[in-house]
Amino acid sequence: MTLNVEERTLPLEASGEPRSERHEPAPTLVIQPAGRWPTINLRELWAYRELFFFLVWRDIKVRYAQTVLGAVWAILQPVLQMLILTVIFGTFMKVPSDGIPYPIFTLSALVPWTFFSNALTTSSSSLVSNPELISKIYFPRLVIPFAPVMAALLDFVIAFVVLLVMMPFFGVTPHAEAIVIVPLLLVLIVMTAAGVGCWLSALNIQYRDVKQITPLLMKIWMYGSPIIYSLTIVPERFRSFYSLNPMAGVITGFRSVLVGDGVIPWGPVGIAAVVASVLLVTGALYFRRTERIFADVI
Amino acid sequence: MHDSVIQVERLGKQYRIGTAAVRHDTLRDAIVHVAGAPARSLRRVRPAGRGLGNDAERADLVWALRDVSFDVRRGEVLGIVGRNGAGKSTVLKILSRVTEPTTGRAAVHGQVGSLLEVGTGFHPELTGRENVFLNGAILGMERSYIERHFDEIIDFSGVERFIDTPVKRYSSGMKVRLAFAVAAHLQPEILIIDEVLAVGDVGFQKKCLGKMQDIAGGGRTILFVSHNMAAVRSLCSRCLLMQHGEIYMEGSPDAVVDRYLELYEEVDSQTDRTSLRADREHGGNAYTLHYTRTAAATTIECGQPVTLAFEVEMPKASEQATVSLTFINSAGDLVVSMSNKVQNVPSSTGPSRRWAVVCDLGQLPLNAGSYGVRVHVGDGMRDVARFGNAFVLHVREHDVFGWGNALPGVRSWGPMYWTPAWDIHPAR
Repeated sequence: MTLNVEERTLPLEASGEPRSERHEPAPTLVIQPAGRWPTINLRELWAYRELFFFLVWRDIKVRYAQTVLGAVWAILQPVLQMLILTVIFGTFMKVPSDGIPYPIFTLSALVPWTFFSNALTTSSSSLVSNPELISKIYFPRLVIPFAPVMAALLDFVIAFVVLLVMMPFFGVTPHAEAIVIVPLLLVLIVMTAAGVGCWLSALNIQYRDVKQITPLLMKIWMYGSPIIYSLTIVPERFRSFYSLNPMAGVITGFRSVLVGDGVIPWGPVGIAAVVASVLLVTGALYFRRTERIFADVI
Repeated sequence: MHDSVIQVERLGKQYRIGTAAVRHDTLRDAIVHVAGAPARSLRRVRPAGRGLGNDAERADLVWALRDVSFDVRRGEVLGIVGRNGAGKSTVLKILSRVTEPTTGRAAVHGQVGSLLEVGTGFHPELTGRENVFLNGAILGMERSYIERHFDEIIDFSGVERFIDTPVKRYSSGMKVRLAFAVAAHLQPEILIIDEVLAVGDVGFQKKCLGKMQDIAGGGRTILFVSHNMAAVRSLCSRCLLMQHGEIYMEGSPDAVVDRYLELYEEVDSQTDRTSLRADREHGGNAYTLHYTRTAAATTIECGQPVTLAFEVEMPKASEQATVSLTFINSAGDLVVSMSNKVQNVPSSTGPSRRWAVVCDLGQLPLNAGSYGVRVHVGDGMRDVARFGNAFVLHVREHDVFGWGNALPGVRSWGPMYWTPAWDIHPAR
């Protein structure tokens, strides 16, 4: 047993900081059973922005801890998939690719898709992988499913650079609109991933079935998105329905401004924006509604 | 200014504890039951307190907290004691907003910081330095604040050498010290503490207590849940005793702790027997032990003097009597024995059939725990009767050295404590 009984100055005495230093002086807080309809307190979320950034930073830090290749995985994930898809669908099956070389055609879709897929997968397990935070400390729980989405952005940036580097080898150059369109599409990915992440992470607390469903969902979602094929092979009359998948408009737009003809598919992108907003708002509301029982059932 | 900083009004919390067992009398029933399983699972995990259906469904709901009301005044150190499951932690969880009440309300005036566990959110892959920032942020500290106090935190933790090592390589003691160093810099107006003293070594516990005494002296309001009665007595200015989710008693720490210890004793099923027949006797004759001044079960605090008094009735008169006592701990190990024969302190001379025995044990150096006392009786020649578990001595932890700390507990400290005279100085 360690007998560590040395005297030290106790910090609470020593520092004598003003109490209000941490946050604004707290008004009276009333704790009572919440009403039926959830609300989202944006001011409070703003007050906890530092915690949010710390959680993002933690997720990034630990993501590749104790791996040999580290952040190289962020490159390998889309690039290896690109190789496989190119061999099977580009070479063997000759899937039409709108006149774009198939490798860069599919990589330009895999880069945003991998971001979306990683963001959504980590977000949906974010609550159950932080049980001690939920059962011991109060803070707006909404920051938890959002943090992994932002953390996945770093991987995206790395993969995006690789995509830019590879483009000249296939003789494609990005269109100037990309500077505006790519960030816009990224916002849509973040909204969709965070929205679905809110739904799944909250459901995951009560129904661990979500853990089983998520990989399957991502596989189906991948085939339902224009990654190995182009939006143009979807029959005209199904296209609006198909575009209810926000990733349809996002990937098509992303591909078009970077490696394609630069025509922005405003229709699918518009639908994607609406669907992403709906997913985000309903997800956050559902999350808030179930939030009250998180600590009890986790 | 509000005089009372926390007002709790008729707070209640209901939990769902899973379905009651269902019996299947036929295979058909069982199959029907299995087929309905997914639907039942859906019902089971639904939160309590909403959409309550039939009575069968209500059966697995329990009230962890019922109609709890109290006030906390500014600058007060309020202790909450009670057995496990009494609802203490639920109160703290509601007040620190980790969970919501089912009924009632609480108003809190001022900023709340809660320490329901030190080191919450520590990530094993991150270094000590990184965890200080992360943990600080989780506890609600601003980055700039942590930066300014970083050196103090590290100094206080005593792990400066390993500060850039991942926490997964730390010993558990180092982890706790670092976590506590961060928590010690939390400066809310109202501090909520749950059992943090239960972990760590002696040094750590001492630091905790010292820190809490400082906070208490600094006029901050503290809510303190603990099983450490010595700490409750020395730190708190007022106490609540909770039982079965309700407030059982409210009063001064001494009064509440005494009542708590009594309750403990009542729960122990030691009888209020007046006599005991020997479980091993010489020649099959009846030897009886009569309780006179000391009850069969006695609760004392560590270091409190105790006297065992009883009378032994023998089937025949004898010239002398010898008595030995053997203390056995709850694990069944012999702790210490004592005997007037071995000590060569003979009894008065008889003849007598009934002998009165008074054994002043003084301040027995037993650490907290329960001890059975076996009594052997002899007639001066040989042992003639044995009374197993004649007495049960419950020793409660107590601040034996008088500086606000209980002994570290039997597991780490052994069954005894001792107060030697120390002389430690630099050697020449």
